[in-house]
Amino acid sequence: MRHTLSILVENRFGELARIVGLFSARGYNIESLTVAETLDSQVSRVTLVTSGDDHTVEQMVKQLDKQVRVLSVTDLTALDHIELELVLIHVRVGGDERRQVLNLVDMFPARVIDFSENALTIEATGDRLKVKALLDQLTPFGIHEVVRAGTLAIPRLPAAKVRDDLVQSFATI
Amino acid sequence: MTALAATELKSTATVKEFSDPIPQQMYGARILLESLVLEGVDTIFGYPGGAVLHIYDELLGMHDRLRHVLARHEQGAVHMAEGYAKATARVGVVLVTSGPGATNAVTGIANAFMDSTPLVVITGQVPRKMIGTDAFQEVDTVGITRPCTKYNYLVREVDELADIIHEAFHLASTGRPGPVLVDIPKDVTAELAEFSHSRAVRLRGYRHQTEASEAQIEEAVHRIRNARRPILYVGGGVIHANASKELLELAEQLNLPVTPTLMGLGCFPSGHRLSLGMLGMHGTYWANVAISEADLIVAVGVRFDDRVTGALEKFAPQAEVIHVDIDPSSVSKNVRAHLPVVGDAKSVLRQMLKRLDSMTRDGALPHGRASAPSARLAPWWEQIGEWKKFAPLSYQNSDQVIKPQSLCQELHRLTNGDAIIATDVGQHQMWLAQYYGFNGPRQSITSGGLGAMGFGFPAALGAQLAYPDRQVIAFVGDGGFQMTAQELATAVQYRTNTKIIVMNNNYLGMVRQWQEIFYDKNYSAVDMESTPDFVKLAEAYGATGLRATQPAELSSVLEQGLRTPGVVVMDIVVSAEESVYPMIPPGAGLKEMVLG
Repeated sequence: MRHTLSILVENRFGELARIVGLFSARGYNIESLTVAETLDSQVSRVTLVTSGDDHTVEQMVKQLDKQVRVLSVTDLTALDHIELELVLIHVRVGGDERRQVLNLVDMFPARVIDFSENALTIEATGDRLKVKALLDQLTPFGIHEVVRAGTLAIPRLPAAKVRDDLVQSFATI
Repeated sequence: MTALAATELKSTATVKEFSDPIPQQMYGARILLESLVLEGVDTIFGYPGGAVLHIYDELLGMHDRLRHVLARHEQGAVHMAEGYAKATARVGVVLVTSGPGATNAVTGIANAFMDSTPLVVITGQVPRKMIGTDAFQEVDTVGITRPCTKYNYLVREVDELADIIHEAFHLASTGRPGPVLVDIPKDVTAELAEFSHSRAVRLRGYRHQTEASEAQIEEAVHRIRNARRPILYVGGGVIHANASKELLELAEQLNLPVTPTLMGLGCFPSGHRLSLGMLGMHGTYWANVAISEADLIVAVGVRFDDRVTGALEKFAPQAEVIHVDIDPSSVSKNVRAHLPVVGDAKSVLRQMLKRLDSMTRDGALPHGRASAPSARLAPWWEQIGEWKKFAPLSYQNSDQVIKPQSLCQELHRLTNGDAIIATDVGQHQMWLAQYYGFNGPRQSITSGGLGAMGFGFPAALGAQLAYPDRQVIAFVGDGGFQMTAQELATAVQYRTNTKIIVMNNNYLGMVRQWQEIFYDKNYSAVDMESTPDFVKLAEAYGATGLRATQPAELSSVLEQGLRTPGVVVMDIVVSAEESVYPMIPPGAGLKEMVLG
């Protein structure tokens, strides 16, 4: 099963290597990885998407938590949370097709951020399925290059639970 | 009372000023060494080289406070530090140079990591400006050792050196102990700085639970008191926590059978009526069957290693498991714990004893506690007795050739089970575990997790340097001894009394045994066709060499060897194709033992 782990770690030389090394040494899989400073510049947040059965993921969490400089490990999969991916796409497109691609972009949480005579650069942000759907739709036009950031994830605000309909509409962003 | 003391009494404020360390400028090298002294270090095991020249320069002037033991190989230095740490419950300290100094130390560091031995390993590094340039004797030491240390540091500024050393000792010795490495660039050791040590530990993410919750203790005691077939399965964690006394008390109060792991040997007296002997691949038949049939396993300071459990799916199918360990990642890693108890073995055992005490006081338990559990457990003990009778540890003795098992028994007889004995890995290690019978903790020093040949002799030497007057023995095979035999020079240089018993079968015995059993005696690369004359080897180093080849000589050679002052190598030629039994074949369950 897919799990999204949110790890707070002291922002120090070598700490990311320690986390990544732990995964490779123990044969755990990393699907995506995102690292950046938090508001506290001494602390970084690592968002790591992995997969494994419950026992394996329990071990991962314990092994991560055991790391001297790791402050906390949260398995967001167990919580109500929001996940987003960011993707940048070069599409080779000119003439009539250009209009069709722009229409597609309008239908997705995406926008054009650069263009030339025969190509567009599209930025899209959304959950995995949305991003995948957009890529599927664009493929026939000719995707030249795709750059994806790792998954970002954040727990939902407790208040959002009050209005399920609102949650649903936000979730489709 | 002198005038000075009177002044002290009058004005403590003034005295305090004087007793504060006076901040002064020192070279990084000196700051390092003063920091070690502050941690209570008296011995450093090391080997010099270019990147640590400044440190060795300062070290010479501090010889009255810090003894340096010059090993003959960095691996030996780390094993010595581990032997020292295991015997004394202190942190072992190593000092080696960059590049090959660090890489040679890696086997020792990995060994300490697997067996949770507290070490602080200091490695020199090329000057900061040269890091990353493939400089002479440069390796990425923190990168190489990251997966085999509890933590490691690259010191980037001389100002942080003293605090890092303090943190390193804190990390090495607390929680689940382990090796911590501090990599120090040469130029850092040559910089002047103020030696100010805050003694503060800034580790926001480092915490460990020592005590269990009362609810957990209540539940654990309840389950133990209601079990019909309980067993205490105890290991190295009991020794690290110095919890042998508490373990003995608990076992005796509740009349519980106790089986130690290889790492736990001596944490419970081997000759005690409640001891079942070691369990696992070469454990006793009755310990393995007992744990397989148990309805409750109380695991304390163990990690359900594959050499203990055999095939996991066949392991103790009827048992509930209470798992006490300081490392949460050890709990439910291999075998699911029904009651996980994260905590230090000593604290948790004390809590259990306290709980039993208060139950007695409240009248929940009758006075004269020993009588209560004995009736309930009588059938269980009877059953264990039958298993023991069915398959006791046994071997065919001989008057033609020395049997390795009889060597271990003879060694026990001559030392009353009180010696500190260090071993490598393999047949000799298993026979010693089966037949020596350690009386107390910190006597057995062995390479358990990593299984490193060459560990025993330098580890024994480290223990001997800590306890010059105790009987310390390296019990090694002819293969393993040849991996670190050069430390004979170290043993002689420091005028130690270390005794080395080489169980010489001219084979890489355990590999040969597996080839015999699982590869149809297809002996491949296990016959040591050329083995040195160990007596002459000892003499070449200035030590004494003795040899026994006949059973009739065994006692006298051992007696003479143990009695002779100084370093003595006893070459004991044993039957070549002896195998260690009982044995659980790899992948089999504990009850599928081959008795031999």
